[in-house]
Amino acid sequence: MAEAFDTSYTDQEFTVIGNRTLRPDGVDKVTGRARYGADATAPGQLVGLILRSPHAHAKIKKIDTSKAEKLPGVKAVLTSADLPDLTNGNRGNYDILENCMARDRALYDGHAVAAVAATDMETAKQALKLIKVSYKKLPHVTDVDAAMQDSAPIVQPHIKKADDQTQSTNIANVSTFGHGDVEAGFAAADYIVEESFKTEQTHQGYIEPHACLASVGPDGQGELWVTTQGHFTFRSVCSDLLGMDIAKLKVTSSEIGGGFGGKTHVWIEPVALALSRKCNRPVKMTMTRDEVFRATGPTASTSMDIKVGATKDGRITAATAHIRYQDGAFPGIWGMLGAMTAFACYDLENCQSVGYDVLVNRPKVAAYRAPSAPMAAFGVESCMDLMAEKVGMSPVDFRLKNAAQEGTRASYGPTYGPIGIGATLRAVKNHPHMRARLGKNQGRGMACGFWFNFGGQTCVDMNIGTDGTVNLTVGTVDVGGARASMGMIAAEELGIPYEDVKVTVGDTTSLGHNDTTEGSRGTFSSGMATIFAARNAVEELKARAAQTWDIDIGDVAWEDGQAIAKGVKGSNLPPLSLKELAKASPRTGGPIAGHNEVVADGAGVSFASHICDVEVDPETGATKILRYTVVQDAGKAIHPDYVEGQMQGAAAQGIGWALNEEYIYGDDGTLQNAGFLDYRIPVCSDLPMIDTKILEIPNPNHPYGIRGVGETSIVPPLAAIASAVSNAVGVRMTHTPMSPPRILKAINEAK
Amino acid sequence: MLEVQVSGTLRDAVGGAASIQVEAATIRELMNILVDRYPAMQYRIDEGVAVSINGNIFRDKWSEPIPADAEVFLMPRLAGG
Repeated sequence: MAEAFDTSYTDQEFTVIGNRTLRPDGVDKVTGRARYGADATAPGQLVGLILRSPHAHAKIKKIDTSKAEKLPGVKAVLTSADLPDLTNGNRGNYDILENCMARDRALYDGHAVAAVAATDMETAKQALKLIKVSYKKLPHVTDVDAAMQDSAPIVQPHIKKADDQTQSTNIANVSTFGHGDVEAGFAAADYIVEESFKTEQTHQGYIEPHACLASVGPDGQGELWVTTQGHFTFRSVCSDLLGMDIAKLKVTSSEIGGGFGGKTHVWIEPVALALSRKCNRPVKMTMTRDEVFRATGPTASTSMDIKVGATKDGRITAATAHIRYQDGAFPGIWGMLGAMTAFACYDLENCQSVGYDVLVNRPKVAAYRAPSAPMAAFGVESCMDLMAEKVGMSPVDFRLKNAAQEGTRASYGPTYGPIGIGATLRAVKNHPHMRARLGKNQGRGMACGFWFNFGGQTCVDMNIGTDGTVNLTVGTVDVGGARASMGMIAAEELGIPYEDVKVTVGDTTSLGHNDTTEGSRGTFSSGMATIFAARNAVEELKARAAQTWDIDIGDVAWEDGQAIAKGVKGSNLPPLSLKELAKASPRTGGPIAGHNEVVADGAGVSFASHICDVEVDPETGATKILRYTVVQDAGKAIHPDYVEGQMQGAAAQGIGWALNEEYIYGDDGTLQNAGFLDYRIPVCSDLPMIDTKILEIPNPNHPYGIRGVGETSIVPPLAAIASAVSNAVGVRMTHTPMSPPRILKAINEAK
Repeated sequence: MLEVQVSGTLRDAVGGAASIQVEAATIRELMNILVDRYPAMQYRIDEGVAVSINGNIFRDKWSEPIPADAEVFLMPRLAGG
């Protein structure tokens, strides 16, 4: 068993950490040399395409593939019959299998029903047209509130009502959190705020579509090149679904053009592997943007009712949230996460949040950056503003008075240790942005957000070359500059220049299992493993120095990248640098390496507070973001550029979510805007420079004090922008996106 | 004796109880006792659970010690983006 290192924060002095070093993948990315999911090729590769349901809900009566199979150039045609159920009662895996390829029913517009592999794109397209699917259309439901009605069409008949196992329901789960006596709390309130909110479905909007190259031979060995946030998880899931041995499927993660949670799930990959296995040829699949919208995992649309009670002096006495999240056609945990995060920023004596996970005929919902928290925060933070107004306090002072702090019992249960919500609020209160003057049709809003952050299974390898340069192999996918951060950590520990470290994301055959890069875990967990691997390597370097000097290893210290001899025998020995020890390594015991595997738990929760100024054109309802400031409790910032980049990127996605992005379904249950022309994400000209303020409140559970930073700042924007727009137009906005038609409607209804 | 608070949908697996009393010194011991006492927990553990010990959430580190007077919450495994 590996030596256990102490994970506690040590407040050490840094020389490399905290600098803004050059990104090692930067040149490749700006010159086009970087290889993404669609950039791999293999001899004899085929083109794989998927036939998708045009119906929101339909029984698949028959699939006739005979004409497609006879088409010259077609090498394999696949239906669910080629994907037998090997899930052995694991319902979660069965749901993944069914989502990858419909079985007896198509459950949403875009659901895969068949696939082909052919020698070229034109032949593959022609083959899709030759597959004849006989459907019987079934009633559908796409709205979360409608799906909860007893009369709603049932999406998954095996899910039964908790109190009546003979009746099917679309309510997959109900999750309740909270404590105290909310009725007594409301009775003690001087003011009550009660409001309902809706948010529409949005997509992560990563620029790179899903793509992979799969190759499986008749000997059962396979390879998968894929754009993913978690190649080890993809290996496990694909192996389970296809009955392959884990060790015989090598998965390599390509460069990734954005994921934000959407690339934590498999979609086309098991199909590509199954096609390849069927025809014994490599198969390359690349989704179109239309497919990405219709058949990957957007976030949930929601509907919620929030109630807050407070005394005249601004102390909250009780709060409740009933939040309904649609999960798409397969059960998830999104309503539960919304319920857990809803009131996490506050110190509440009496609170209750109830989350409903509801099935509808839409694509399976996937994680999206701090999944579920932004929607719940939209409702809760909007009500906090309404209550601040009632009690006559500023939104910041009201929140400061009720903010959670060390020792507060979180609304989701546990008691907080040291946390940073108060610090972010004080930073907002003192920020010059809050004192800037506003003009006509302009408004300001602020809001808070919370996210958990995770750690998890992690494994890294460090190998020191004979010239003293270092290869560090990590297993967490680099989604936001992690290779630079890991290189800095390795350099800091070894005492060598950052430029002497080369960091690689290893494939699944080169390391032990690494959990997916999700939950803001990459820098926290691979950073921890890198520290410990480097410390193992330093022990080996010290042993080599002791051997060279013929002294006891206990008399060797490691300082500033070199071994120092201590004690009487070593009093006059010159230091041995890492380079010198590396050069001599073939004759002192061979390669010098460090390794670590760790379950990096204790990631520590994170908070952010945002300020936003907008101007709304009362004639058109169009909103312009004038100024935006992000304050986040980020823990130690290893590379401040990338921490700021995460904070800015999350805010930018939140701005799009708040103002424009929306899945629009027709009455027939089909998606009407599956493309970036009609589904509008923000572009540079829509955004001001987003100001950032990093609060480096150390995580006590990490040697460097690292917390996750990637997700928390997508939580406040919906609410901050809603308050800014509401203050600009004089009407409380309760439905996102606050697109021009929706704002005009609200203004006109208020007249 | 630990007072383990049970969160969200996991309560269904322990007969609806909001909290249960357990003698356990590590997360592994806690999990073993839960499965012995509540067989329905096995499926939930296979799906994934997390344990909060004094405010720190652990998803996989079953060797983690649980202090005798710790505040312990059992919750469904969480996912991130």
